[in-house]
Amino acid sequence: MRYMLIIHNDETHPLPGGPGWDELMTDYAEFSKQLASYGRPFTGDPLMGPDTATTVRVRNGETLTVDGPFAETKEWMSGYYLIDCDDLDQALRAAAMVPSARFGSVEVRPVAEM
Amino acid sequence: MLARLIGVLGDFDLAEDALQDALVSAASAWSLRGVPDNPAGWLVTTARRKAIDRLRSAAASDRRQRDWRELSIAWDTGDGSEPIADDRLRLIFTCCHPALTLEAQVALTLRSLGGLSTEEVAKAFLVSETALAQRIVRAKRKIREAGIAYRIPPPGELPDRLAAVLAVLYLIFNAGYLSASGAELVRVDLCDEALRLVGVVVDLLPHEPEPLSLAAMMHFQDSRREARVDADGIPITLEEQDRSRWDATKVAAGLALLTRAQETGRVGPYLLKASISAVHVGAPRPDLTDWATIVDLYDRLLEWEPTAVVRLNRAVAVAMADSPAAGLELVDDPGLAAELAGYHLYQATRADLLRRSGRIDEAAVAYRLARGKTGNIAEQRFIDRRLEALATAAS
Repeated sequence: MRYMLIIHNDETHPLPGGPGWDELMTDYAEFSKQLASYGRPFTGDPLMGPDTATTVRVRNGETLTVDGPFAETKEWMSGYYLIDCDDLDQALRAAAMVPSARFGSVEVRPVAEM
Repeated sequence: MLARLIGVLGDFDLAEDALQDALVSAASAWSLRGVPDNPAGWLVTTARRKAIDRLRSAAASDRRQRDWRELSIAWDTGDGSEPIADDRLRLIFTCCHPALTLEAQVALTLRSLGGLSTEEVAKAFLVSETALAQRIVRAKRKIREAGIAYRIPPPGELPDRLAAVLAVLYLIFNAGYLSASGAELVRVDLCDEALRLVGVVVDLLPHEPEPLSLAAMMHFQDSRREARVDADGIPITLEEQDRSRWDATKVAAGLALLTRAQETGRVGPYLLKASISAVHVGAPRPDLTDWATIVDLYDRLLEWEPTAVVRLNRAVAVAMADSPAAGLELVDDPGLAAELAGYHLYQATRADLLRRSGRIDEAAVAYRLARGKTGNIAEQRFIDRRLEALATAAS
């Protein structure tokens, strides 16, 4: 089964160049290595901050474009992994290993295979 | 049988449907040819065949095809006599998976492994039957769609997952033991059901100290069933209970379970809690209780569970071992007071220690605070009696 690990951060998360950032990047490199060692397909990327977001809606054939994320919240999606697992337990273990889980939270969602 | 099928098929709904199909087949087959030698085995075998039929017809989707492949593999390895015990254990762990809400864990456990009807479970937990049924449907769907595995957790995860299972069983027990409302019969049923289920876990994991300890603790608590309330249903404190009414058979069973747990040489929170209960049980009269040992046990328990409630209970033990004033000092700790201010037992405990310290007016204030924080009529009446006694003592 494929699962998406959706990483949510808040303002306690280290910022690029700030305190704790280098250590976090080392941890992410280690985490990626570990994922790769399982020999199962995976992908993942960090996202730019919510201040770079643009939200698009189409209503009555008209495209509405708005500056900002779809909802202003204290936590925002900051990255994701898409991993292949035997079951939820494996996915939950992987989620607990995501370095940002120490600051924000990681939501685990099964992919709806069509 | 349903547990066995769910274990084999890995799907609650499929197992229920397949069993239903098998029962329908049994009705006609058995009336024609008589009941087979092993009716349960016949039903399981037939239900599996029916499940395969159901999956085949639904095989249009990839998901179902995969389930069907897995099922075929499971089927090939089984000879019709797969270990039933493992199926039940897998099911308990699945029902108590931390990815489900605690309410859902309790409902699923009682419905899948217990002997109570949906109506009885709903009544015991004060929810409507519809709400409970929906909770179960949602939980089953999550198990299926989120890929929660039907398996006994690997050794590395066992302690945490076992703790979750035991928490659910203890919650079921206490819902029966402490429940203020609901039919008396259902109350007792929940206690018996929890005792039975913890017995199942003990049988399946006989060398784990924590299930043995929880079983011991439930036996100790249950031994006081007859002694813990008076004829009007008002609670009697441990101190004031008629100890001759404690069920000696249950006490002995509890002590035997606790001994087995201690013999594993490992310690856990339930072992410490059961040991505390055992100290009470071992005292023929309240004034012979070894409170110093209880304080020690609470100190060790705090290392496992550094919670406000454990600190409160430790303070009571200190009050008994040392003096009410010493206990009161711990109870009045600002951090503890802030955390537990809304908890009626905190206010009631404080009131009791004030009463024992001779601070009657303050005790009355605290009792009234406690009274306002419990919705339990029997407990309100218990507090009313205390207040009356205080008024008499003051005049």
